[in-house]
Amino acid sequence: MITIITNNELSTGIETSKRADGRAFDELRPIKIEAGVLKRADGSAYLELGGNKILVAVYGPRELHIRRLMQPNRAVLRCRYNMAPFSVDGRKRPGPDRRSVEISKITSEALSPAVFLEKFPRSTIDVFIEVLEAEGGTRCAGITAASVALADAGVPMRDIIVSCAAGKADGQVVLDLSETEDKEGEADMPIAIMPRTGEITLLQSDGHLTSEEFEKALDLAINGCKKISEEQKKAILSRYG
Amino acid sequence: MHLGGQSVIFVEDKEIVIPGDILADEDYHAGRGTFKENNKITSSLVGLVAIRDKNISVIPLQSKYIPKRGDVVIGEITDIRFSMWNLDINSPYSGILPASDVFGKEKRDLSKAFNVGDVLFLRVVDVDEVKKVKLGLKGRGLGKFRGGILINITPTKVPRLIGKKGSMINMIKDETRCEVTVGQNGVVWVKGKPDMERVAEKVINMIEEQAHTSGLTDRVRNMLFELLGKEKPLEKQEETEETEETEETEETEETEETEETEETEETEETGEEEEDGEELIQ
Amino acid sequence: MVTIIPEIIRESITNLVKNGERSDGRAFYEYRGISLETGVIEKAEGSARVKIGNTQIMIGTKPQIGEPFPDTPNVGVLMTNSELLPMAAPDFEPGPPDERSVELSRVTDRCIREAGVVDLDKLVIIEGEKVWMIFLDLHVLDYDGNLIDAAVLGSIAALINTKIPETRIEDGEIIVDHEKMISLPVKEKALMTTFAKIGGELIVDPSLEEEQIMDARISIGIREDGSICAMQKGGANPLTKEEVIMAISKSQEITKELREHLPKN
Repeated sequence: MITIITNNELSTGIETSKRADGRAFDELRPIKIEAGVLKRADGSAYLELGGNKILVAVYGPRELHIRRLMQPNRAVLRCRYNMAPFSVDGRKRPGPDRRSVEISKITSEALSPAVFLEKFPRSTIDVFIEVLEAEGGTRCAGITAASVALADAGVPMRDIIVSCAAGKADGQVVLDLSETEDKEGEADMPIAIMPRTGEITLLQSDGHLTSEEFEKALDLAINGCKKISEEQKKAILSRYG
Repeated sequence: MHLGGQSVIFVEDKEIVIPGDILADEDYHAGRGTFKENNKITSSLVGLVAIRDKNISVIPLQSKYIPKRGDVVIGEITDIRFSMWNLDINSPYSGILPASDVFGKEKRDLSKAFNVGDVLFLRVVDVDEVKKVKLGLKGRGLGKFRGGILINITPTKVPRLIGKKGSMINMIKDETRCEVTVGQNGVVWVKGKPDMERVAEKVINMIEEQAHTSGLTDRVRNMLFELLGKEKPLEKQEETEETEETEETEETEETEETEETEETEETEETGEEEEDGEELIQ
Repeated sequence: MVTIIPEIIRESITNLVKNGERSDGRAFYEYRGISLETGVIEKAEGSARVKIGNTQIMIGTKPQIGEPFPDTPNVGVLMTNSELLPMAAPDFEPGPPDERSVELSRVTDRCIREAGVVDLDKLVIIEGEKVWMIFLDLHVLDYDGNLIDAAVLGSIAALINTKIPETRIEDGEIIVDHEKMISLPVKEKALMTTFAKIGGELIVDPSLEEEQIMDARISIGIREDGSICAMQKGGANPLTKEEVIMAISKSQEITKELREHLPKN
């Protein structure tokens, strides 16, 4: 009974080297990161990547009131990934859904290896990731922004974790999939690394990749991460002139 | 890069670094805010490099207060329990003040001495391995504050606020004629005429924002004179009423500067202690 | 987890107010710096980012086609929801809306609805069957005092900014034409102003500290013509009749000034 006329461009799959948005296969979307954007939080960061708009706040280390979660000899790192109802095309009902719960878990696992949790027994470090607008790759953008927020909060870390996705769209292995590429593409592979050592702290894959394609995608993603890492550093340092 | 024999250092004193930045090779001593990995000394914080002889450390620009035995802190009573008060000391770790510190062996009603919402100047008596904190009131100048306002600064900026031999804090006290007590946990108490309290607050907030820069002392002096030029009342200024807590200010400035903090940290990556009076920047 | 306000702070703020001053140097009826940007979220059909002092709320509107409420079959639907995000304050916890969050969304909704801000009559597609439902979502990012005034100011801006696709009926089918976007019919710009009672005085736009120690507060919603569309008293202590009347009379001038911040459309 309802017909919808849209003006969204559908990818035609005609382009082989250039992607639907004109990017090269190894090109990131435009990125901007700012640290220290909230008043109450101990640390915060705002990140834009393509059409993604992510805001992250960190509280902690702080007292943990839920005794059963407390660790006697280290801090716990609790992450909460959440999407605003207006962040997507069809309004998302407020509250955690299963996807958010999974992303929260893997985010925490991506960040923990970098944090000196043992310095703060019986406490919690809370990371709140809010997607204000989504355009493909929000979990990676969230992790990248969370690292900046943790540094901004003065949480001691071994390195600034950075995250990026590569995958396959229109038969080509590409870096940093847009929303359309993610929806219509053949594979999506988000990763997170410790830039100094190259160690991988997040790895997921969704779709179909041969082992050669996987290696290509991994290299692309790692290089993408290194470029994003420069932006993280700039954001942290620009607070101090 | 500086080559001194075999030691290699990649940064300069007072340079701003971030977590993961490599500072020097392992011939240097890994101080506070750094860790050793793969024969390199690496920063774990966003902060300023401090090189003293062969010791490299990073003074954080943002941090939480972690209680250390011997520190003097300003805390607020948040709970009264059986034979103790619970206090918020601006830290992930709260502290307890045993009733015996006030009442000795006598059994008394705790709320007769201190109540929820009271703000006290205390000493950190002991911190155990899981950071349970015991506070005490035995010591000159410790006790309950009356009146005044509270300002929070980053704990690592306290030495900057105090200044070399108290120069910065004394300048503020003298010009605003306020009593000022600085807790090592980053809480500052100021008491004077209300407009002078606000002048002191503005100046302290500026020091907090600019602690990592040089030339700060001059800018603080200029700001004080500017604010006071507007605020200067008629020639005679009434002496602010001295309450029983005022002795805290003079004596405690000395105690803060002269006492050495004891080595208590086990879980520190490096086992290094911050020296009292150590400056964020000269 | 409740923050306990030190007695020193309570005394200091109260004494200042009794002397006609406030701890941040503002006058009694003065707002902190206000900033209001619209169209900040492209995926939202309408959006606004409002800041009063450091209090910051991101607001988005999402229209959907749905069924009208059974008792009002000939008007569209407005649904307001607010999230006091855990990032906004150390004592905000994740989870379903608590009483503060529910109060914020209901008071905002009441002001907008009773003032007739959105012309709901114009949102009917098929009477009794299909209407536009406008979801207004308040995402509180940073809490530094006075959420209500920020929420209402930002909501009005977001609603003014909202565009919905034109609809028409062809052969019994509803055609939703995203290539023809029209402005949401907004016919009234009511705003709310909040007073906190401290030391026997009423002061506007309480800061965080002022809110933490206030005896009571009253928020008044005023239409463009100066009439009252909503009121909400908060806080555990009473207000006198004179105080309420004073607040009402002050709020008429104050909301006029606040309205200057709205985008002219």
